[in-house]
Amino acid sequence: MVPISYYLGLSAALFICGIAGFLLKRNIITIFMSIELMLNAVNLSFVAFAAQLHNLAGQVFVFFVMVVAAAEAAVGLAIIIAVYRTRNTLNVDQVDLLKL
Amino acid sequence: MSLGLYLLVGFIKSFIIINVYLVVFAYTVWAERKVLGHIQNRWGPTKVGPFGLLQPIADGVKLLFKEDMTPPFVYQPIFTIAPVLALVMSLMSVAVIPIAPALHLFGYDIPMQVTDINIGLLFILGVTSIGVYGIALAGWSSNSKYAMLGGLRASAQMISYEASLGLSLIGVLIMSGSFSLQEIVHQQEGFFWGFIPNWNIFRGQFFGFFLYIIAAYAETNRVPFDLPEAESELGGGYHTEYSSMKWSMFFMAEYHNMITVACLATLLFLGGWSGPVIGPPILHTLLPLAWFCLKVAFFLFIYIWVRGTMPRFRYDQLMAFGWKVLLPLAILNVVVTAFFVAWFS
Amino acid sequence: MELVLFWVFAAICIGGAINLLAQKHPINSALSLVVVMASLAVEYLLLGAEFVAAVQVIIYAGAIMVLFIFVIMLLNAGEEPHGGKTSLVAKLVGLPALGILAVMLVWALTAQAGGSVAVAGAEPGPPQVIARLLFNDFLLPFEVTSVLVLIAIMGAVVLAAPLQPHHAAKILAAQAGEGGQS
Repeated sequence: MVPISYYLGLSAALFICGIAGFLLKRNIITIFMSIELMLNAVNLSFVAFAAQLHNLAGQVFVFFVMVVAAAEAAVGLAIIIAVYRTRNTLNVDQVDLLKL
Repeated sequence: MSLGLYLLVGFIKSFIIINVYLVVFAYTVWAERKVLGHIQNRWGPTKVGPFGLLQPIADGVKLLFKEDMTPPFVYQPIFTIAPVLALVMSLMSVAVIPIAPALHLFGYDIPMQVTDINIGLLFILGVTSIGVYGIALAGWSSNSKYAMLGGLRASAQMISYEASLGLSLIGVLIMSGSFSLQEIVHQQEGFFWGFIPNWNIFRGQFFGFFLYIIAAYAETNRVPFDLPEAESELGGGYHTEYSSMKWSMFFMAEYHNMITVACLATLLFLGGWSGPVIGPPILHTLLPLAWFCLKVAFFLFIYIWVRGTMPRFRYDQLMAFGWKVLLPLAILNVVVTAFFVAWFS
Repeated sequence: MELVLFWVFAAICIGGAINLLAQKHPINSALSLVVVMASLAVEYLLLGAEFVAAVQVIIYAGAIMVLFIFVIMLLNAGEEPHGGKTSLVAKLVGLPALGILAVMLVWALTAQAGGSVAVAGAEPGPPQVIARLLFNDFLLPFEVTSVLVLIAIMGAVVLAAPLQPHHAAKILAAQAGEGGQS
């Protein structure tokens, strides 16, 4: 018997952690992981609302979010590898030239 | 059932099943050494006990008393966690495997598995996919090039073959319409055309069965897909820097995974514990268990047989085979099965 | 019982997320994210979404995060160097703004819940029901995501493919030029 608001509070807290990581971290891989954390937080609120509204469409949306996250991870990590190959760094502050 | 009794029964069942698995593990190793020896025209272990039957105990004692060396250049916390993770995940997957029909005892229906959850198959897939971390992190945290190469190979190989593994099971899932392993086995009881058992392998999943076996061999890092620990090129692969109990945890994890794969193949494709049951009531309880054990033993024998026969793949061949042959075939299997199920229903 | 489980795994979740921020080494961050995802799967189970929980473990923890760890291993990424210049304005404005955002988000989300209560197992999401929804009501989005995945695969292959020789020569020349200037 857990109030739905607890789940939503947890979701908001995780989302804030994700934003903080996205803004504070300098390693491009960690920034990327913060984005995954935010997506997870959103998934939790989807499932919580699905339980509140007695509508499983919320759970179906989680699958779409997961598919998009997987696609994003594949492309994003490929970009990270390409960046590392040309710049030899993962620090986003040093990847500020718009040329090779 | 009250919470206390529930926890007690769960604890007893987990305790029994973990011990049974450890014994099965020990004698799988013994059987592997023995069969491999005979394949290569030698005897295998013979000295300790009759037919070398006490050899696993001797091995265990040796590994326990070996010095646990930790090289100075490793990344300590992850180096310690990795083998534990691999072993725990390999043991967890046995929790949902039913080994016989439910037992009627003292008025209770006791299912012969630790827990019957309605997403049993997904649970096993999930736990297996977490098990990849054990090997990948072991390779990375060892801070040594052979271990690193082994870990990289293992993670790439296991991600690649996991896709085919999951897709090869979907054929069975389409036919049974359930993730519960109990349910899947119940649907395979009986015969069709009077004499052919109603097992999934005979009901159109023949192809899916072989896809599953190939993907599962790669997933458990066994010959011919044992590149992560290729001893002749990587000196042991991901567990190069491990010794004593930590090494044997990886060893146990690998064999537990083999046993899980054998159990899963039996449950999904070979009808689980179904088989001819005759005689007095006591045999009605014991025979299904015996059939199940026999089928699992058959799979483990094939594992050893393949190890004694096949050479190792080259790495690019392994990746090309996984993505360009196995995955399309698995998708084809799903499409054809779905088509037939839709056609006949 | 459920409330206890909720609090335990919520604490693990938040702890993992904060550890993700605190750790310097990307592999530690990745592992704490795996912990967050696994405990989120337990929260899904408490909400009665067992299929989502299983898929969460298989896809997120088992595939996406393994990919992350694979890339960290491949690039042999070390600890991030301690950030050099941090602007004072960013600290003075950004951190309070983050706090305000946190308060607003928690308030906005929890206000939606009213007083409703989740009962585990009351509304199970059996795979059959979800499949029916996915392949009837949401068929078009499903097909669109499959196209998206195809595009992502092609993009990943193109981006991660080894450099073409003439391209590589250009980069080497540019790097040599930079070295000469400095």
